[in-house]
Amino acid sequence: MEVPILKQGHYLIASIQSALTDADLSQLREALIERVGKFRARGVIVDVTALDVMDSFAVRTLRDIAHMARLRGAETVIVGIQPEVAFAMVQLGLTLKGVSTALDLEEGLLFLDQQAKLRIERGTGRIDRG
Amino acid sequence: MAAKGKDPQAPLPDSVAQPESTAALLRELVALLRQNRTQLREEWARRITRAQLLTAMTEEEIFAEATSVYDNYVEALETGTFEALQAYARNLSERIIPRGVETHEVVGIVLLLRDVLARSLFGKYHEDFDKLYRILDAYEPAANRIANTVAVGFVQERERIIRQQQEAIRELSTPVLQVRERLLILPIIGVIDPQRARQLTEQLLRAIRTNRAKVVVIDITGVAAMDSNVANHLVQTVEASRLLGATVIVTGLSPEIAQTLVTIGVDLSEMATVGDLQGGIEEAERLLGYKVLPLEEVAPKA
Repeated sequence: MEVPILKQGHYLIASIQSALTDADLSQLREALIERVGKFRARGVIVDVTALDVMDSFAVRTLRDIAHMARLRGAETVIVGIQPEVAFAMVQLGLTLKGVSTALDLEEGLLFLDQQAKLRIERGTGRIDRG
Repeated sequence: MAAKGKDPQAPLPDSVAQPESTAALLRELVALLRQNRTQLREEWARRITRAQLLTAMTEEEIFAEATSVYDNYVEALETGTFEALQAYARNLSERIIPRGVETHEVVGIVLLLRDVLARSLFGKYHEDFDKLYRILDAYEPAANRIANTVAVGFVQERERIIRQQQEAIRELSTPVLQVRERLLILPIIGVIDPQRARQLTEQLLRAIRTNRAKVVVIDITGVAAMDSNVANHLVQTVEASRLLGATVIVTGLSPEIAQTLVTIGVDLSEMATVGDLQGGIEEAERLLGYKVLPLEEVAPKA
């Protein structure tokens, strides 16, 4: 099943609605990385609220997305990890090191706004003409 | 043996050839025990007192319990079913456990009764060894099962109470408190075992979800000792919270714990630590953008 990717301002939002196969995940990764450049996105949000299991491949793909998007100039935040999923992930040692996380979509958007502000303050962000 | 005790419907094992004579012998035995009830019961109560069992109970209580145990015992011998005895054993345990009666005492008194009854059989049939052996063949398996049933009943009741208490302690010992909007405090007191660590983490994660917490302060002032397992649980809790988007601050590491952690080489570099709970809350407020000012400093503006 293909994951819909929505554009919201400067951000891309991928909302995963059901369990994904490894092929779906790879497809999601490619689509996101490609679109970061196409839409000149500054942030990527991957919403995993609907997932009640996450295997090592899924976690690795999410981490890859975050690192690849950063290379393309966008900050990634994973939102909506369920408590049970978080617990299982930690027990398996899949801790998404170096990847930002937030409670839900709203928090994720707030987080990206803050990051953008910080970057502008540091003078490393892109100037927004809008 | 425990498995046997759980299956009261199973027929008694027929150790010697003729099953119909086993039943007949048991009938004879029961009649004999009924006939000598008063005398045997008194003998038993005397032996209990002499062996200094059930010291938590008065003599009258011992005698009253002895009477009902005796009657239930004989009934179980007669019917060959153990449900009534099981229920009685559970009921008895419920009454005597709170008074501090120990397992060895309960097993002791049942074995004493077994001895008293066996002694009386020796006395009655000592002239006819053949008969004595057959009676004992019928009596002993049944008596063993009775002893087993009572002991298992007692231990099960004890375990049930222990489980109940553990549950109560667990629930009491892991409160997750909200002190400000989006700021939670988790004070940990006592020993952290793997099961408790798991429960603690689950409870915290759920609370993060429902309170939409952004910062959590875990205070471990009340944790006396820490080893690498406990430290790893703590690290896991911190990481799981981060996956939900919450920052964790650990406070109250005692000098001993700090030394232990460094000595055993646990990597806590991922964890934010602050000296005490007050400092932790101040740090959390800073992260959330709060600033606490004395009223005098705020008042002039108004």
